[in-house]
Parts: sequence; structure tokens; C-alpha cells
Amino acid sequence: MHSSDMHNAPQTQTRQRWMGVLARAGHALRPFQDALKDTEYRLIRAPEIGMTLVRGRMGGTGEAFNFGEMSVTRCVVRLADGRTGYSYVAGRDKAHAELAALADAHLQGTQQQHWLGTLIEPLAAAQRARRAATAAATATTQVEFFTLVRGED
Amino acid sequence: MYVAVKGGERAIDNAHLLLAKMRRGDTSIPELTVEQVRQQMPLAVARVMSEGSLYDSELAALAIKQAAGDLMEAIFLLRAYRTTLPRFGSSLPLDTTQMLLSRRISATFKDLPGGQLLGPTFDYTHRLLDFALLAEGEHPGPQVDATAQLESCPRVLDLLAAEGLLARERPSAAEVPDMTREPLDFPTSRAQRLQALARGDEGFLLALGYSTQRGYGRNHPFAGEIRIGEVEVWIEPEELGFAVPLGDIEITECEMVNQFVGGKGIEPQFTRGYGLAFGYAERKAMGMALVDRSLRAGEYAEEVEGPAQQEEFVLMHCDNVEAAGFVSHLKLPHYVDFQSELELIRKLRKQAEAPMQAAAQENRA
Repeated sequence: MHSSDMHNAPQTQTRQRWMGVLARAGHALRPFQDALKDTEYRLIRAPEIGMTLVRGRMGGTGEAFNFGEMSVTRCVVRLADGRTGYSYVAGRDKAHAELAALADAHLQGTQQQHWLGTLIEPLAAAQRARRAATAAATATTQVEFFTLVRGED
Repeated sequence: MYVAVKGGERAIDNAHLLLAKMRRGDTSIPELTVEQVRQQMPLAVARVMSEGSLYDSELAALAIKQAAGDLMEAIFLLRAYRTTLPRFGSSLPLDTTQMLLSRRISATFKDLPGGQLLGPTFDYTHRLLDFALLAEGEHPGPQVDATAQLESCPRVLDLLAAEGLLARERPSAAEVPDMTREPLDFPTSRAQRLQALARGDEGFLLALGYSTQRGYGRNHPFAGEIRIGEVEVWIEPEELGFAVPLGDIEITECEMVNQFVGGKGIEPQFTRGYGLAFGYAERKAMGMALVDRSLRAGEYAEEVEGPAQQEEFVLMHCDNVEAAGFVSHLKLPHYVDFQSELELIRKLRKQAEAPMQAAAQENRA
């Protein structure tokens, strides 16, 4: 399949969304550790720390340039039924990468609705709330200009 | 020339133990944790991440602690660590237009869509020492209306571009040069320059930017827009065949609007300078944007008259790890070198003295 078709496929978009939620989850995945690991699985690629070269665009919208690196941890797991889960997460937390890959594998199975409802949606709600709180705090610093009226009639 | 010298191991070991003791300070005071540095010195962490060229706030905080607060030493530590990590490809280019803003200001338009958002800033503070900070205290922040939302904040320079007063920046499919894999060759492309400036020393870029304001390559800049906030990073791993979000990073972006080019059938247009830095790093992003613009002198057929316009001078000297390394190497033993200089200067003095003594004897005679 052509990669741009993959981007547009609804199942790819759904997966991109949950992988994004998992990548941001960090320590919030810990409470789900027992449930996520309650299955037979093996590490196809044990959690590995590396970095990704972050690119920017000139003027924000123009040609790409190399900006700097960021640390990233990745992991691949395979469940007993053959489903494979991947993770690429910012930072150097190996436990986070392994749990995110496990969740990605579970989410591709028949229990998808269960995992979306119990794992992804609560995490996504917490992440939305954090963003909303940041935006609300920034909103208090919006400048309201007023024009001084001159003394003449 | 410097030569290998044996000996001194005990002195060196003890010097490092003394350094650790100096870093720790008075042991009756609680030791700083890395997490305290990360949380309470975010701007130092940002500088170390930018110039260390690795976004990882925990490692930057660790480097600051290990370097006893010497930020350039911390930058060096982070750069050195960087070389030990494998690289998992490049990200898709950041879409900074979509960032979650914590600050956004423009010096070119008072009223603009989305408004002026000051965010946390040192601007408008009186720069008086706050003695209240000598004691511990609570800092609860302003009263927040939890339902308040930000309006959408289009790019300020797009407003000018829509009127045709400024060239649009358009993406291209060109390969992106990487100075960490292939050394710079001159003349450089703008992509190479921006990569070098992004990891360049804040003080150096600030001073060069300042020099353009004072007349050494004047280009009349305005801070069109400064944006600070979180932006999503995406990577497209080959094994997946589609892109995935890695998480968010905090960045500072500065777009300068500079005076015109035009003529020969082209209507006058403003020109652009761009700055981008990891974390909250406004001064760095502004300095970078000024220098990005001044280094475009060739592109606009401007006379190169100031140091900030000379790409080789700027790019070969903006890296503080390289600069500190070469200056520091003067501390290495140069005993043999110096011995030969000593011999030479003694010989020269002897040669100069001989005719003087001869002349003195003649005078006496």
C-alpha cells in the first residue's frame, strides 16, 4: 500500500491516535501494567534508547532543515496470537516504551473496544484536560488594549 | 605542539575529588536533586538542550548539576552523550503553526487574530532583586477561568504574505543537509546555516545580532512574531509505513520582518529571518533570526560589510563546544613548544646585543 493511502486509511488514523496518546502517557501507564502484561508475549525488540533528528521548517512553513535531536525509546512486542505491537516514545523510559508497545498490540485485537474504553479514552481525557488548563492559564495574560482619550473636544 | 607527559595521576585524581567536593558545597545544606534543577531552572535546561543539540530535560538537568552550574560545560557533556546514542531516523518537519501556545507576541501589529499572549515573561519586570525569594514561599499564579480558551493564532507573517508584501515560505522536496554527518562546505545553503545556528552559542548570536542593529550589516528588523509552546513531533518508521506521534516538545520560534528588497521589475518586499530553539529561549531565537537574515546578504545582493554577514566567520565560530575546546587546549602542556620559543627569543636578543656592545666599545675608545 502506498504510504499516503496508509495515512488516510481510517484504521491507520485510529492507530496513530492511540499511539500518540500512549506516547504521551508516561507514568500514567503504570497503573495498567498488570492488565497489559497479563498475557503471553515476547520482546521482538527489547526497549531501546536512541534519538530522532527533529526537523523544522524555514519560517515555520517553508523548506525543512535539521533542528536538533531528541531522545526516543522504541520497543516491539509480539503476543502469543501473533499480533505485533510497536512503540516510539519521547524520552528514555524503557518501561513506558514496553507498556506502550503491549497496549498497541492489545488494541489491534478483538478486545479493541475494551482497551479503547478503559485505557485510551481516560488517558486522552487527562491529556486534553492538561492542554486545556495550559491554554486557560495563558489566556489570563492576553493583553486588552484601550485607547487613551485625548483631552480636547 | 604538545607532548605526552607521564605522572600527575595522583594530583589529577585528587583534583577531581576536590571538584566533587566544591560542587557539593556545604554539606549542612540539602543536596540539589536533578529533578529540582529540571523543575526550577527550566531556562538553563532549555539553553543546555538547544546548544547541546539534544532535547531531553532530565539529561540536561543532570549535566547542569554535574557541571556545577557551568552551562557551557553542561552543553559539552550533553553533546558527548549524544554521540553514544543510535539515531532512529528523522522526524517529519514540525508544524509550528499548530502549537499549544504559552506565549505569543508581535511587535508589528497591536491587534491581531488570537491577540497578544504574554505568558510567563521577564518583560515589564523592574529588574529589582526580589528579596522575598530569599525565603520559601507559595507561588500560586493568577486566578484562572478554567473554561477560558485561546482563539486560533494564525502566523503573523502570513498576514503580510497574503498581501504580497512578503515572500511565502514554501516546502520543497529537496534533500535536507545534515552537518553532523557531512561537514559544512562554503558557500552554505540556508538549511545548513539554520542547523548550525540552532546549536550555536546564544551569547555569540546575540552579539552578532546586536552588531547588525548598530550598523554592521544593517537590515532594520522587527519582531514580527514570537511563539513559545508545545509542538507535536511525528516520525515515520520504515517498519510501520505510516507516521506516528512521539510526544510533544517545547520550542521557541521567532520570525523577524526586515527591510525591503525589490527593483528590476520586482515590487519591494519585506524579507524574513527565522529563529528556532528548544524550550523557552526567546533571546536565543531572536539572535538566531537576526543572524539568519544577515547571512542572506548574498541572496539579496547586499554588500557584505559586517561580521554578521560573513557566513564562514559566523558558522565556524558560533559553536561554543568547538570554541571552548580550542581555547582550552592552550592549557595542555606546551613545554617543548615554549622551550623552542624561549631559545629563539634568547638568540634574537643576543644577536641584537652583540652590535650594541661593539658600538659601545667604539664610543669608549
